[in-house]
Amino acid sequence: MYTEQVMDHFANPRNVGELEDANAVGQVGNAKCGDIMKMYMKISDDGIVEDVKFKTFGCGAAVATSSMATELVKGKSIDEALALTNKAVMDALGGLPPAKIHCSVLAEEAIHAAIDDYYARKGIENPNPRKCDGCCESCHHHHE
Amino acid sequence: MGNTIYMDNSATTPLKREVLDAMLPYLTEEYGNASSIYSTGRSAKKAVDTARETVAAAIGAKPAELYFTACGSEADNWAIKGVAYACQNRGKHIITSAIEHHAVLHTTQYLEKQGYEVTYLPVDKYGLVRPADLEAAIRPDTILVSIMFANNEIGTVQPIADLAKIAKAHGVLFHTDAVQAIGNEEINVKELGVDLLSISAHKISGPKGVGALYIRTGVRIENFMHGGAQERNRRAGTENVAGIVGFAKAMELATDDIPAHKAKLCKLRDRLIAGIEERIPYCRLNGHREKRLCTNVNFSFQYIEGESLLLLLDMNGIAASSGSACTSGSLDPSHVLLAIGLPHEIAHGSLRLSLGDFNTEEEVDKVLDALVPIVQRLREMSPLYEEVK
Repeated sequence: MYTEQVMDHFANPRNVGELEDANAVGQVGNAKCGDIMKMYMKISDDGIVEDVKFKTFGCGAAVATSSMATELVKGKSIDEALALTNKAVMDALGGLPPAKIHCSVLAEEAIHAAIDDYYARKGIENPNPRKCDGCCESCHHHHE
Repeated sequence: MGNTIYMDNSATTPLKREVLDAMLPYLTEEYGNASSIYSTGRSAKKAVDTARETVAAAIGAKPAELYFTACGSEADNWAIKGVAYACQNRGKHIITSAIEHHAVLHTTQYLEKQGYEVTYLPVDKYGLVRPADLEAAIRPDTILVSIMFANNEIGTVQPIADLAKIAKAHGVLFHTDAVQAIGNEEINVKELGVDLLSISAHKISGPKGVGALYIRTGVRIENFMHGGAQERNRRAGTENVAGIVGFAKAMELATDDIPAHKAKLCKLRDRLIAGIEERIPYCRLNGHREKRLCTNVNFSFQYIEGESLLLLLDMNGIAASSGSACTSGSLDPSHVLLAIGLPHEIAHGSLRLSLGDFNTEEEVDKVLDALVPIVQRLREMSPLYEEVK
């Protein structure tokens, strides 16, 4: 059901935990849907994601997509992090079963939520506001 | 299987060696069609007849009241649709429970689309149907009550004799899906007073692909499978002779000494339950503590999700199952866990460990030793657990 990459990121998740000195924290999903992702980032003054960690309540795919997403945004600029799509996360994991695609959406949204928080803390208006809270029950919008 | 610890016996069970040995001749030398008149056909026919006697005797039925099917789901489908179609002139109301297997629930939902009305009885927090609720739900146009003997997810054993008595008092037919109960509970259809009962071979270390429906003499029921004259013109299709022979052997072994089987498995079950409750905080036993199958252990672990738990158990060589949405392919967790009142987030973190004849005390202890750190590891990773710590 899962690819080797998914199983690897599930069994050995990268960047799991909390960041004490995070200046960007975002959480998406809800327990009712069965998955919650919380993303912690430390973003430098020149807008680079210096460090990132996550905590996830969810299935194997939810853990693996969180882990992969943190790997893909680490060391990147805010704009690059915001440009990360759920499809890129999925591709990096060698694909996901159809029922698990929403987990990759959740990962994309968690990054956006953390960066929203960064802007909010700075008192800057977010140039790319979020449209989705990452819970499939909230809008039933189909992603691919 | 190697070093796998198999604790998903409610999903299916390994075939017993004696069962395979009984089946093999009918897959090789005695390959005849039971409807043919020459020697090997007659031999197949005789084997089916003998098997029918064995299976019928094990549930206190007459051989003429037992019909072989391809699985438990077919038996459920046949019982419900067959009675619904045969009795529609009398009424189109069916009563079942909210925690039935999908073989029952999806069948009644199908009938609803055809103009039947279905009442889904609620259950209490342990998963028990209240007899008073059944009594109150019966109407003049009720034609069938279908309540499962024992639940496949949480193991709750229903007061079937009491429920069947209520249906009988109102002249309503009573069906029970006994797929999980067979071999684990004493079953005598006459003493229970049921009109229809579904069973399956592969839950009692028999082969997959064979089940049976008990139909009490005199019950009006339409045929489900149309074709040849097999099963006394009521269920067409060439008999799965080897499967039927295997079913009978498995039934013989499973019902030989039910009290001893129960005593052995209850001890394992209670050791597992006690171990989890002692060693893992924030957990909840689902189902009834006493009115429970000797094979069933079902827990919800707060703050974690079931599929992750299953994957990590699998990496430790342990096969189990969960009522989490992620393992069902839908957004909603198990309808059974929701029906006993669990909130979604608790239902997502459920684990079913189902025991069988092959499990040992040593395996129970190994599962406990693996489970404790796995739950802890997932909780450490869970944002929901932060607030608790």
